Amino acid sequence: MLKQTEGSQAVAEAVALCRPEVICAYPISPQTHIVEGLSRLVKSGALAPCEYVNVESEFAAMSVAIGASAAGARAYTATSSQGLLYMTEAVYNAGGLGLPIVMTVANRALGAPINIWNDHSDAMSQRDSGWLQLYAEDNQEAADLHIQAFRIAEELSLPVMVCMDGFVLTHAYERVDLPSLRQVDAFLPPHTPSQVLDPDDPVSIGAMVGPEAFTEVRYLAHLRHLRALEVIPKVAAEFAAAFGRDSGGLVRPYRLDDAETVIVAMGSVLGTLKDVVDERRAHGERVGVLAITTFRPFPFAAVRRALRGARRVVVLERTLAVGVGGVVTDHVRAALADAAPEPGGAVPYLRTVIAGLGGRPVTTASLHGMLDRAVTDRLDPLTFLDLRHDLIEREARRERAAERV
Amino acid sequence: MPVQEIKFYQTGSLVVGNRLLDPERRTVQADPGRPNTLTSGHRACQGCGEALGARYAVDAAHRATGGRIVVVNATGCLEVFSTPYPETSWRVAWLHSLFGNAPAVATGVAAALKVKGRTDVRVVGQGGDGGTVDIGFACLSGMFERNDDVLYICYDNQAYMNTGVQRSGATPPAARTATTQAVGPEPGNPFGQGKNAALIAMAHEIPYVATATVADLRDLEYKVHRAMEFRGARYLHVLVPCPLGWATASSDTIRVARLAKESGLFPVFEAEHGEITAVSKIRRKVPVEEYLRAQGRYAHLFGDPPRTDVIAALQALADRNIRRFGLLDEEG
Repeated sequence: MLKQTEGSQAVAEAVALCRPEVICAYPISPQTHIVEGLSRLVKSGALAPCEYVNVESEFAAMSVAIGASAAGARAYTATSSQGLLYMTEAVYNAGGLGLPIVMTVANRALGAPINIWNDHSDAMSQRDSGWLQLYAEDNQEAADLHIQAFRIAEELSLPVMVCMDGFVLTHAYERVDLPSLRQVDAFLPPHTPSQVLDPDDPVSIGAMVGPEAFTEVRYLAHLRHLRALEVIPKVAAEFAAAFGRDSGGLVRPYRLDDAETVIVAMGSVLGTLKDVVDERRAHGERVGVLAITTFRPFPFAAVRRALRGARRVVVLERTLAVGVGGVVTDHVRAALADAAPEPGGAVPYLRTVIAGLGGRPVTTASLHGMLDRAVTDRLDPLTFLDLRHDLIEREARRERAAERV
Repeated sequence: MPVQEIKFYQTGSLVVGNRLLDPERRTVQADPGRPNTLTSGHRACQGCGEALGARYAVDAAHRATGGRIVVVNATGCLEVFSTPYPETSWRVAWLHSLFGNAPAVATGVAAALKVKGRTDVRVVGQGGDGGTVDIGFACLSGMFERNDDVLYICYDNQAYMNTGVQRSGATPPAARTATTQAVGPEPGNPFGQGKNAALIAMAHEIPYVATATVADLRDLEYKVHRAMEFRGARYLHVLVPCPLGWATASSDTIRVARLAKESGLFPVFEAEHGEITAVSKIRRKVPVEEYLRAQGRYAHLFGDPPRTDVIAALQALADRNIRRFGLLDEEG
């Protein structure tokens, strides 16, 4: 059903359509509206049987989800930023235990300085937690990815993080097409875990593993992630067949045919980027966009294929690895390096643009300015979009004044 | 023909002679079909109070529920010695997640069981004092406050034994640990610190709170049974001596636990909905010195000269417990 709704509400309704059995809720901006929406649905009895647990912290939220999932329930929670950091130990635990929990991460910056606005620092901090990570471009995809996420998680016995940009998506009212419960039931069968806590068939879950087998346990987890590279596109294709629209998958090319310059990005900034590309294409410039939907596992082969033929690759990053630069860039570089395996082989011109940290708007004007430099090979290897040099100079002066010789 | 007097307490140790009890009142351990939920072959130290307490407690929970339990275990000695991959000593459904989250994980299991309509299956959470009163305390308080249907058992050996005997929030004053060394003008753990988790549990006004020791395993079993008669959050705090951390002989585990109770240092009681309903009276009061002398962790109090001031301060704590909880009969 088509409706004009807030992103958080759309996600709450999409999660509800998946018949979650245990929902763990703890408030943090900009995620809060999602669990509020689910609270209304559970309290009304519309989701019965479903337990809605108001926990005392995000650490407890993920821990309750772990217990519920290990006991065979379909478990869901949502968080952001500091909350994701606070639950980190449990996030890794759920990853290691292979519990098919689905969690929304309403992407927000990490402090200090405290900042409630959007970038990808939070989810990026968990990129090696053993969770799959899917990034939504708009609210329709955010809703759709949740429905796919439960399928993917339960098929692989792996937890899935659905990342959607805080405020930009969570608080934006957009047109969203939400399927019916009957449609979702046909797409998402009831959860039948392979292993579950059951007094009739007692198992011990969570044993200590020493050096004799730890590497093998990690290796098997790696294999399961590699299998996700097959399962995610398969589920996206089935979703398209069932619901009539493309959502999810590994990567999504936009006007990449004959593109000399390709911008790689994730999340809601893709919409602005596509507008910019359309405008430049209208002037005959051969530019395109590559959306990375699945960041974990990283689809190296798909990225390599998509970037074949590109002369310049610009990675637009929504996070900064301090002292390094871009995170996604490193992955793209590795994908491209695979394309040129000969020693000394040429790797395409690769540039990193750090943009939109802590909620700074990424405007079409700024992107045009950046691309003007990129297509004339004048872009610095590491560029900070719209950096306020006046502010930096003022602080540098203050520091110089405070310096004691 | 001389008449043999039958004594209820056969050995003078205050241990109830099991064979004199009606079969239904006998310990679950006397049952040939006992479940052995924590079965043999695990790697606990000789004389481990926690292994003993856990076996009795979980076996009792098993009996109380007809075997319908799921156990959630915090990281710690109990977890490490019972489940080194690929082995397990647990004959019940058992889950270990992290050090600080066992009460929340137990909540999650209980929520799942409720959704699945499996309210016949009950959840037991368990951990050591570090996992319970320190790192897991927020999760424990949250579980209490929501009154989730979980029995949480803390096996309190009064320090972080798994990592090599470091101080916890349950370490008693003057006790030597690796992080409260027996040196300086005030050796051992400082006075005026630490928390009483059972009293804090009571402050949540949860249905049932009790303390116990491994010196009275029948009492421990009774309290597990009693706890299982309630729905909602329940808390059991069990004193379990640790031969390694307390520097006691492994044959002394029961004796030291009994001295803790009989000296008044460890009050044994039950509470329902925030009110104390029963206390285990001291049967034969002993001075704290008798309890302290048995343990190497207090050896610094008995040097030359002995720290009579510290011993007196510990005696004052015991006397306060005796007054506060009414641990002595009026005539006693």
